[in-house]
Amino acid sequence: MAETTVKAPVEKEKEPLFGPKEKRLLTDPLNDNNPITVQVLGICSALAVTSLVYPSIIMAISVTFVTAMSSFFTSLLRKQIPKQVRMIVQLVIIATLVTIVEQFLKALNFEVYKQLAVFIGLIITNCIVMGRLEAFAMANRPWRSLLDGIGNGLGYGAILIVVAVIREFFGKGTLFAGSPLAWQIIGPSSDYMLDTTQISWLGWYQNNNLMVLSGAAMFIIGILIWIHRTWNPKLVDVS
Amino acid sequence: MHSTRYIITFVAVLTMVVALVLSLLATGLKPIHDRNEAIYNKKAILSAINAYLDEKPANMSAAQVQKIFDDQIQQEVVDMKGNVIEGLKAEDIDMAKEKKKPLAEQRLPVYIYNSPEGKVYIVSVRGSGLWDEIWGSIALKNDFNTIVGATFDHKGETPGLGAEIKDNPKFPEQFIGKTINDESGNYVSIDVVKGGIKEMAHQVDAISGATITSKGVAEMLDRGLEYYQPFFENQKK
Repeated sequence: MAETTVKAPVEKEKEPLFGPKEKRLLTDPLNDNNPITVQVLGICSALAVTSLVYPSIIMAISVTFVTAMSSFFTSLLRKQIPKQVRMIVQLVIIATLVTIVEQFLKALNFEVYKQLAVFIGLIITNCIVMGRLEAFAMANRPWRSLLDGIGNGLGYGAILIVVAVIREFFGKGTLFAGSPLAWQIIGPSSDYMLDTTQISWLGWYQNNNLMVLSGAAMFIIGILIWIHRTWNPKLVDVS
Repeated sequence: MHSTRYIITFVAVLTMVVALVLSLLATGLKPIHDRNEAIYNKKAILSAINAYLDEKPANMSAAQVQKIFDDQIQQEVVDMKGNVIEGLKAEDIDMAKEKKKPLAEQRLPVYIYNSPEGKVYIVSVRGSGLWDEIWGSIALKNDFNTIVGATFDHKGETPGLGAEIKDNPKFPEQFIGKTINDESGNYVSIDVVKGGIKEMAHQVDAISGATITSKGVAEMLDRGLEYYQPFFENQKK
């Protein structure tokens, strides 16, 4: 009898590979616990890189990779990491992964690397990465930490891309400028790295230069937080 | 609680593992990085002679860029007295390093493009913007006076303001057709001015909101193109 009572809770603790809890780790950061609009983390890079969609997508992918992998490795080492130096160890892990991303980006797409070089280094200081390591990876198993990292990276990336679409559309009249998919939509043919002979509709539109500056991202993120809170009743603070 | 000894060992081992991984990666990818960097710089040089090319350099593949360089571009290095230094290729010259040398010892790269209308000389200039270095390539006709194209780049100018020297094609486009010598043949360079151009032949419009970068471009051109004057004189003979 004694044996079974001991065994039972052990079996309960066993985590399924992809149960409802794991699913929530991935979907929560996309909505209820979004790193940008709810936790208000990672704002610095969200203001800086979002003037164009293409670099934002690359940034989103890079941050997702870094949060996922650093969560995973931190979680693997969580019992070995001495408490006194845990922040430094986390930082070493993040910095290593960021450097790996940078090296690969430099090898695979040099032009995007040139555009992003400054921001890639900034992933190290992206609050989301460190925040997830401290809040989640240090207390959870590697698989769950990995999912949590991916979820938060995607939640961050989703907002980044929404902001970038708005800013690039109104600021430059284009989408995906700088990439092979570059697309002139409104305004006089754009100045930005595009073929100046390209014809667009709504040629009367004058590009809004405010959108190009970081300040515009601040307003857009503010409005997004407002919309998100109105739309998702769970986020409304009743007290 | 872990002992101090454990902490030191842990950190030391972690650092060594990380250092090993990163150095292996950096060494392994270096050839690719160098090749990318070279192609990027070559594309910038080709942008200065955009007018003569069928395709925009930005859309070219690495192989296409290399082919133009191999077939149509002659590379020379000249010293400050305007003499060609034998045995060196223009692409071997790192302008950032040259700029730190004493003036008399600096070497200058020249790319000579064989266009149907005669030789086009592409020269490099380097200066300072607001935050960091700026540089550019200027393509001149074989009269060593008329600009046929220009391209600029920068290390860290503000996007939307100073960075427009690179991002906004209208800025370098202004230089096309300008002349660096006045009517009597004296060197006057190109000035970047605010509030409207007064001298059509030697001035371009500055970028509003980027005064220091615009001034930097003017200074860079004035000084940079002057370095090439002895070479131009030698070529004219």
